[in-house]
Amino acid sequence: MLSLIQHETVETHHWLSTSEFTDIVAISQMTPGPIGINSATYCGYTAIHNAGFGNMTAILGSVTATFALVLPSLILMILISKMFMKYMNTPLVQSVFKGLRPAVVGLLAAATLLLCNKENFSTPSENPWQFWISCALLASTAFGTGYLKINPIHMICYAGLAGLLLLY
Amino acid sequence: MIPLIEEEVVNKHKWVEKNEMLDLIAIAQSCPGVFAINIAIFIGYKLRKERGAIATTIGTALPSFLIILAIAMFFSQFKDNPYVAAIFRGIRPAVVALIAVPTFRLGQRAKLNLYTIWIPVVCALLIWALGVSPIYIIIAAGLAGYIYGKLSSQKLRS
Repeated sequence: MLSLIQHETVETHHWLSTSEFTDIVAISQMTPGPIGINSATYCGYTAIHNAGFGNMTAILGSVTATFALVLPSLILMILISKMFMKYMNTPLVQSVFKGLRPAVVGLLAAATLLLCNKENFSTPSENPWQFWISCALLASTAFGTGYLKINPIHMICYAGLAGLLLLY
Repeated sequence: MIPLIEEEVVNKHKWVEKNEMLDLIAIAQSCPGVFAINIAIFIGYKLRKERGAIATTIGTALPSFLIILAIAMFFSQFKDNPYVAAIFRGIRPAVVALIAVPTFRLGQRAKLNLYTIWIPVVCALLIWALGVSPIYIIIAAGLAGYIYGKLSSQKLRS
């Protein structure tokens, strides 16, 4: 889902910049609740706010975004509950989901790749200090959450502290 | 989150049986959309039909919505502070890693091997290098799964 949100907000409609989107992902990870809802609310508010409208309109934007996220699920789940419950375990549906699983891995990989750009990392030529520190932060976060099983929220705080100390 | 939901729904309030809950969890996880919302809709619909589904959805979404809205409103004021900017310059690469690590784990769980690894690689390249919308990838992958399933079952029969 992250891939889709990024594609629409950053690439297609240019409502947010890549760094803004990454900030949203960071905040969504730290706050309670599903990341989908968090990012939809934040994207909705920030996109309208960036376009120059006032606070009330921006709140309406976040309501719209969250509603848009939830509505297809509402329709789909109610349809499934009403009519398709008995079809859910058939080989046909299972084979569709089986096809989706590796593709979803690819989607997430694409989201990761798309976030590796100049805005988030800077380049070796523009600001080598920031670039190499950013790469080090990427590697250490991957190691910390992958092998050491550090809580992601703690990891984000450490990375923020590192940013404050090193990248000011 | 799943054990928490199971505890509340099955054990504490007894709205759904354990076995039915497992089925609902499987379906909610497989379908697109936020898992918590999906499962909330199922349970709400089971208890009070459409109005129940809407009530549970609002109940699930509202706390996060309000918290994030408050953060969004304040964050737009702090963004230009140089200290805050520095903190987020550090956070951003970490976030990229936080997306990458679960991707690997998901790949392991999907039991990718040398023969199937081309699927996520091709999908990722299509989205990243060619800018194809993820929606098309999902539709194509679902269709491919359907066709593959049909062909496999035909092979089994003959």
